[in-house]
Amino acid sequence: MDTAALTFLALGLPFAAAAFAPVLTRLLGQYAAWLLALAPLAIFARFAAFVPEIANGEIVTGGYAWVPSFNVSFSWLIDGLSLTFVLLISGIGALIVLYSGGYLKGHPQQGRFFSFILMFMGSMQGLVVSDSFLMLFVFWELTSITSFLLIGFDHGREAARRAALQALVVTGGGGLLLLAGLLILWNVSGVTQFSLLLSFGSELKESPFYLAALLLVLGGAFTKSAQFPFHFWLPNAMEAPTPVSAYLHSATMVKAGVYLLMRLNPVLGGTPEWQVLLPLFGVTTLVAGAVLAVRQTELKLMLAYTTMSSLGLLVMLTGLGVPYAIEAAALYLVAHALFKGALFMVAGIIDHETGLRDITRLGGLRSAMPLTFAVALAAALSMGGLPPSFGFLAKEEIYAALAGSDRRSMVFVALTVLGNALMFAVAFAIALKPFLGPKAATLKPVHEAPLLLWLGPAILALKGISIALMSGLAHRLVTSPMASAIAGEPRTVAISLAPHFGVPLLLSGLTVLAGIAFYINLARLRAAVAAILADIGWGPNRGFDQFMRGLVGLAVAVTRRLQSGRFEVYMTATFVLVAVAMLAVPLRYGEFPRAPFFSSDVPLHELAIMAIAVAGLLAVVLATDRLTAIVSLGIQGFAVAVIFLLYGAPDLAFTQFMIETLSVVVLALVMTRLRLSPSDHRPLAQKLPDFAIALACGLGFGLFLLKVTGVPFDTTLTDFFNLYSKSIAHGANVVNVIIVDFRGTDTLGEIAVVMIAGLAILALVRLRAGSLKRGVPMEVAADEAHVEERV
Amino acid sequence: MKSIILRTVAPFLTGLMILFSIFVLLRGHNAPGGGFIGGLIAVSALAIYGIAHGVETVRRAIFFHPMAIAGAGLFAATVAGLISIVVRVPFMTGLWIYPSVLGVEIPLSTVMLFDTGVYLVVIGAISSVALSLEERGGA
Repeated sequence: MDTAALTFLALGLPFAAAAFAPVLTRLLGQYAAWLLALAPLAIFARFAAFVPEIANGEIVTGGYAWVPSFNVSFSWLIDGLSLTFVLLISGIGALIVLYSGGYLKGHPQQGRFFSFILMFMGSMQGLVVSDSFLMLFVFWELTSITSFLLIGFDHGREAARRAALQALVVTGGGGLLLLAGLLILWNVSGVTQFSLLLSFGSELKESPFYLAALLLVLGGAFTKSAQFPFHFWLPNAMEAPTPVSAYLHSATMVKAGVYLLMRLNPVLGGTPEWQVLLPLFGVTTLVAGAVLAVRQTELKLMLAYTTMSSLGLLVMLTGLGVPYAIEAAALYLVAHALFKGALFMVAGIIDHETGLRDITRLGGLRSAMPLTFAVALAAALSMGGLPPSFGFLAKEEIYAALAGSDRRSMVFVALTVLGNALMFAVAFAIALKPFLGPKAATLKPVHEAPLLLWLGPAILALKGISIALMSGLAHRLVTSPMASAIAGEPRTVAISLAPHFGVPLLLSGLTVLAGIAFYINLARLRAAVAAILADIGWGPNRGFDQFMRGLVGLAVAVTRRLQSGRFEVYMTATFVLVAVAMLAVPLRYGEFPRAPFFSSDVPLHELAIMAIAVAGLLAVVLATDRLTAIVSLGIQGFAVAVIFLLYGAPDLAFTQFMIETLSVVVLALVMTRLRLSPSDHRPLAQKLPDFAIALACGLGFGLFLLKVTGVPFDTTLTDFFNLYSKSIAHGANVVNVIIVDFRGTDTLGEIAVVMIAGLAILALVRLRAGSLKRGVPMEVAADEAHVEERV
Repeated sequence: MKSIILRTVAPFLTGLMILFSIFVLLRGHNAPGGGFIGGLIAVSALAIYGIAHGVETVRRAIFFHPMAIAGAGLFAATVAGLISIVVRVPFMTGLWIYPSVLGVEIPLSTVMLFDTGVYLVVIGAISSVALSLEERGGA
């Protein structure tokens, strides 16, 4: 098997595993996790094989044609950036699957959960390796949809449903902006693949559409990566089971926006707009997230807000455009995925074992859960940026990038130190508060988490320390290629644990000191932030509700206006439009038919039939009760059918006979069913306009038919069918041959319509008496007549 | 319906009309007729039966739910179109065979199967509507 096929298989594997997950879980229970974790592991192994190649600065692309006519392909681009992401997604994914095995043990829908999370994994992985724009968009929306399913997993609770919908609306809406942005990029550059786009120089940045494309792409990235003011869906998404929070809302999905910005940095980055918008939104999100995190006492919410904060930091670093910033972003992204995933899982363990998530009510767990405590501490070291963790390296690099003497850097340094110090306080509040102090009264007797639960966070936390210790290797294999891919030029990350004195270390020290101060005064700080927020009152979260209410209100108002629900209104609108269409054109262009030519020797029997038709019509108009009108309409129809017969259209006549018969039967049935009053009670004020509309329609059709028959008849089709009907299709009845053979596909569609219309009518009839609409059976009949009339 | 004449005649009339509808269906390829017309005749037959003897009797007589008949028709029509895949010609290409039964050559074709599908859809969909209206309408 060639490597392309193998990569393709790796991309499809999570979806295949998702298909089998429910069955496996039914058979094996929680132990299915061990089997299912093999899928992400296999993917991890597959992509790990690329590491040496990528570390040498190569780029792997491959794929298949998807829609060749639009130049759309299913293709992947594996460079330092996407490789790091894929390894994080599959590596953490395997651990999350194991963790879910323990966390949702015995849950009746555990199989479904595995299925959702594997589907998400596949989508996320597809997103980051996508080379073609369209493929990226498809996977982007798939992550939104699967995350909707995961957040709303506990669908019995209203809060979960609301959070799921909110995430879908915000990130899905952002996805549409992204699509528009990608289409502009496609239009301007003429290519549909990132690998080709990246070779563009400054042409894109000089294009007049640059700003539009940038704003649209940022719209997609900022909503997905929860940047202020689109952050509100992220904390609400904590309604999801903890494995979801650990996976989607820390390590993977929320990073998709950051990924996109990093991916496009070489082609869109470096401009003044880029360097203003990204750092501005990033630093706002950083500080807002950290402040809001302090306000919370619930473990998962604290983590959620610090995630928002970290995402802000990453966006800021991506846009800053100063030396070391890109390297810092690469380092911090990896560090964050490791420590935040671990901490979320620790929060899940505490919740699972004690039934509590509020740090003010937790305490003294260290003796009962020493292992969890150790894991939490190791992860918090990284989050707080203390040596010997990878987070420390990332923080050093961040400060190295920010340290400058101009005013802009000073502001950013000050705000970043503030944000990081607050995050430090929150990190240790989570890692220390539940474990130290006197034993709190917890709901159930506490014991250490089972293997499935602690394995994941332990590996992640250990990884966060070990890659810092072997930083040379990590930089060569992972972070340097990643930074090079983001920057679009070779970069080397060199930072290590070896002591290096200077401004960065000083700033780190300052952060830690401030963090300790915040930690000690956490309760007071929390009260202060809560008071401020209470004063502000309004937030984007409430704004979202107001927006949705407004949207629904608008939709209701518009629908009320357009859809009265009264059948007369629809009929009137339709027929007025028909009359206008039929009459406006001849009036506008003066194309009236010539006066019809009446031959003097019309045979007597034809005159008689026409007289019957006219009599039928008069009877319809003059009838006092409806049943008479319906029957009279049938008389007129039969007369027309006889005319068809006389003029050599036996098939048409035949059908017309049957349709007329059935129409009378069905209309009579509908009448009894609707319990209409037997006679027409319309007041004169309504009768007159109705009469005028009917007359206008009749006049329009009459003129139209006269005009049509006035032009010479084109016999091309007639000749064709007459010539070939017998010789090719073996049928002498041209009408039937056209219906079932020459244009059989049309007929297939039409009978499908007949059947669907039948089903719809059946549903309406069964629904309730009042909802049946009189005209529908006629439409079915008309549809069949239409087939015959094509000749 | 209380008319004793109609009640007596209806079963025979219905049987004859159904037979006639099949005749119309089969002759359709070479003479006026075909699936649509045949189907409509059959529905009229069922309607007459229903008016004379009530909806329940008709439902028992046709045995299958009318919508099932329509579904079978749509399925048959689709299959008639798909058979062409087996012999690698485009979708809906008409295919003919001429088996000889008791010395008489009988032309059979996918086109005929298709037309039968049309016939069944028309019967099913329209009679389903007519029957359900009749049933609850108290006619």
